[in-house]
Amino acid sequence: MSPRATTRLEPAKTNPELIRNFCIIAHIDHGKSTLADRMLQLTGVVEAREMRAQYLDRMDIERERGITIKSQAVRMPWALDGKTYALNMIDTPGHVDFTYEVSRSLAACEGAILLVDAAQGIEAQTLANLYLAMENDLTIIPVLNKIDLPAAQPEKYAEEISELIGCDPESILKVSGKTGFGVEELLDHVVRTMPAPKGDPNAPARAMIFDSVYDSYRGVITYVRMVDGHLAAREKIQMMSTQAVHELLEIGVSSPEPEPTKGLGVGEVGYLITGVKDVRQSKVGDTITLNSRPASEPLTGYSEPLPMVYSGLYPIDGSDYPNLREALDKLKLSDAALVYEPETSVALGFGFRVGFLGLLHLEIVTERLEREFNLDLIATAPSVVYEVTMDDKQEITVTNPSEFPTGKVKKVLEPIVKANILAPKDYVGVIMELCQGRRGTMLDMQYLGEDRVQLRYILPLAEIVFDFFDLLKSKTQGYASLDYEEAGLAEGDLVKVDILLQGEQVDAFSAIVHKDNAYAYGVKMTTKLRELIPRQQFEVPIQAAIGARIIARESIRAMRKDVLAKCYGGDISRKRKLLEKQKEGKKRMKMVGRVEVPQEAFIAALSTDGEKKGEKKSK
Amino acid sequence: MAQLPLGDPAPKDGLLPVSALTHQDKSFHAYVHIPFCRVRCGYCDFNTYTATELKGVSQDSFAAQLIEEIRFSHRVLSESKFEPKPLSSVFFGGGTPTQLPASDLAAILGALIEAFGLERGIDGVPIAEITTEANPDNVDLEYLEQLKVAGFTRVSFGMQSAVTSVLKTLDRSHTPERVPLVVEWAKQVGLQTSVDLIYGAPGESIADWQASIDAALGYQTDHISAYSLIVEPGTKLARQIAAGELVEPDEDEQATKYELADAAFEAAGMRWYEVSNWSTSESTQSAHNLSYWQSKNWWGFGPGAHSHIGGVRWWNQKHPATYVAPLARGESPALGRETLDAKTQLEEQVLLMIRTKQGLPIQVLKDLAVFEPKLIAGLIADELIDAKSAMRGIIQLTLTGRLLADSVIRTLIA
Repeated sequence: MSPRATTRLEPAKTNPELIRNFCIIAHIDHGKSTLADRMLQLTGVVEAREMRAQYLDRMDIERERGITIKSQAVRMPWALDGKTYALNMIDTPGHVDFTYEVSRSLAACEGAILLVDAAQGIEAQTLANLYLAMENDLTIIPVLNKIDLPAAQPEKYAEEISELIGCDPESILKVSGKTGFGVEELLDHVVRTMPAPKGDPNAPARAMIFDSVYDSYRGVITYVRMVDGHLAAREKIQMMSTQAVHELLEIGVSSPEPEPTKGLGVGEVGYLITGVKDVRQSKVGDTITLNSRPASEPLTGYSEPLPMVYSGLYPIDGSDYPNLREALDKLKLSDAALVYEPETSVALGFGFRVGFLGLLHLEIVTERLEREFNLDLIATAPSVVYEVTMDDKQEITVTNPSEFPTGKVKKVLEPIVKANILAPKDYVGVIMELCQGRRGTMLDMQYLGEDRVQLRYILPLAEIVFDFFDLLKSKTQGYASLDYEEAGLAEGDLVKVDILLQGEQVDAFSAIVHKDNAYAYGVKMTTKLRELIPRQQFEVPIQAAIGARIIARESIRAMRKDVLAKCYGGDISRKRKLLEKQKEGKKRMKMVGRVEVPQEAFIAALSTDGEKKGEKKSK
Repeated sequence: MAQLPLGDPAPKDGLLPVSALTHQDKSFHAYVHIPFCRVRCGYCDFNTYTATELKGVSQDSFAAQLIEEIRFSHRVLSESKFEPKPLSSVFFGGGTPTQLPASDLAAILGALIEAFGLERGIDGVPIAEITTEANPDNVDLEYLEQLKVAGFTRVSFGMQSAVTSVLKTLDRSHTPERVPLVVEWAKQVGLQTSVDLIYGAPGESIADWQASIDAALGYQTDHISAYSLIVEPGTKLARQIAAGELVEPDEDEQATKYELADAAFEAAGMRWYEVSNWSTSESTQSAHNLSYWQSKNWWGFGPGAHSHIGGVRWWNQKHPATYVAPLARGESPALGRETLDAKTQLEEQVLLMIRTKQGLPIQVLKDLAVFEPKLIAGLIADELIDAKSAMRGIIQLTLTGRLLADSVIRTLIA
């Protein structure tokens, strides 16, 4: 048992030997934030009365969903065997959409706590991040959390973990973030087993950016890990990828509130403020050096994260378009991975084609737009990026199904992913059935412990951006977990299915699907639209077509009666007000040719698939 | 009960704004609302009461109290410097006007004639149309004779249906056999006749409706109105449908019934002149009914009655007790009113005139700056309006168009 450290080490002058940099790798609801809260309390950096649950998660959405989107670092003092140490805990995003950010956070650490729910066992996302940590040569401390739960099975899952990382099951620490049990011992363990950072204090300064956050008052706050040399306030720094020079207005550590310091030295983790207003000027992965004495080599190569999934975002009220643009511009300041460009839809009006790292990213962005900027949005079904080669060798990149070329197509390449599914062994059958139905190819199947199985599949990304995750969850009573990583491109037998209302193509409903699924998609959409679109003054045929070939059709019968029988005792005012109400209603209609389609019909038709994606369902 | 519209509070003196004076040359009409019934019908959301005594208002004293409003109206119009034309029509509706003795109706009519006079032909003989609604149950030959003597020219019977089971669903108390009898008596005493039909009651079959059409035509009245049943919120019928005791009328079947009726009436030589009204000739059209669709001037007397004079619409207090109280103090019984601006008046013309066979002059759309040849062409293509009339500058609904009148209106001005 260690007492709380009585003094803190002064940043910028801390001996690297006394620094420990670590992160926590955990599945979304395995208690990472609660454990972090307990550490903040135990080390005394946050007093109990200031404590609020999940202290580090700043965004409302994070706290509500219990997930971490942006990572952050906290410096905590800890005393062991008469010496005071500085522990830097670097919070990492838990989701695969943010793998790039995760890998940067890992690069800032020497060790990782592998946190596993003692009642659930390890999940697929954790495996992915654990793999990344081991690739980075991090020292892993496996920990079973929530051992206070009646359903906890620490022995069983200790066995599972030991098979994975090859440790003694007995050595795995058991803690409860909720009660605080075992947390002090864990901190001691961090000091004892994790290596201290190494670096050359006399070399030209090199600091790696592992996070970059936009703050509306202070501009961009950049989180860095010092590798070599030293940085001090008022010095001029250089971003090695762009050679841009900024002045350090403030440098400091988070503990967890920002505390300005004189500087940062080798092995230290802290923040910088330069006054830049756009996170793109301070990119995660970039190396910072001193302008007066620049380093010759950056730490790691910087790579731009590429969007995997695209969706059209349209304001429900067309007059909100400028507001949507402004909101995206603002979000971009804090989300370097967000890309978008204006797009026009015949059916939905003016909007933006927005690229996302994955489905959770998509969901978070749309939710932030709606919540923080008060916008009502329609999102079109998420689509992946296709590389189309025409017979005349012309190559076209398609991010929006309605742009799929109409001429002679030679081949279509689509992105594929390597999916990793973990589930109790009883569900292997239904999972295989689901994956095969989604054009999956099985790579292998492995037992983890006695009754859990890991299935690895190659799947087209397009097949999982819709309802795959929901189906996987429902077919396995919620037990299966999914993780995926990009696996390049593969040729697919794909066609574009258009939906036509009275002969007019409704661009928002076009989809690129496998040839064998085209008919099913056509039938599904035409049937759904027949139910959603109100009857008009004339009959409205609804067709699904591949090129000029109609593959499914439905029709909405003409409305026959829409007239008030009489005006009550000359109450003309009432009739007029009824008309005014109907006029209002008509404003919310989108015209497709002569067909009035209520906004609600678009939303309903677009939302059934791929609506609930990603992590929040895994609870 | 139907909600009154929201408007501005009505001034106590009831005086009209100066803007109303430009409309003095329009014909003038009177509506008289008698808010009493023996029983309330399940579908009815009109302003009516079944009690004989309502907080100081009795059926016995009602006529005298209503005559107070006639005197009030005369005073208000002259103080507003509005000189109405002599009355072109008077219409007694309800409720059940014939719930009152014929002498009461005669007294009210007398007061109206005394105040405003009646429109007369070149020979000096009154040509005003004086109608009362009547329940087949509570009129007889003697009653109808008294009406004729008092100056009534026309009676409209609430027949509703010729089928006993349908009448029962509608809570109507008369038997089908009573209708030909009262129509015959009305003709005997020299009154023009009309019957009202309602189609689409829950449980009414196509054959039931055909039987009602045939029966109504068999009585050889001058005029027939056919209204589709509307389930109004708050009525007993609405509750029965919500409870699953009755089936909600199907709009498509309602359309079929309308088409059946129109075909049968036309075949019998009756022509439509308004969406829900047919007559044997132009002279037997209801001038009063048309006055609503042509935005004429009319004063509505009685609780909950609506008035329109010179672009000002107002409506009276609904309950008989709150209606009579201000009149006793010499104040207006109006609850709310609105003064329509020029644009609103034009919009009203679109939604009212379009219901008539005479149609809507396309000029009104031009005045509203919503005239779009493309939209009109679309309506012609959908066979909702008559092509020939459109080319002559008139929007006239086709049979299909009459059923979709509200959609046509939205196409034109929404």
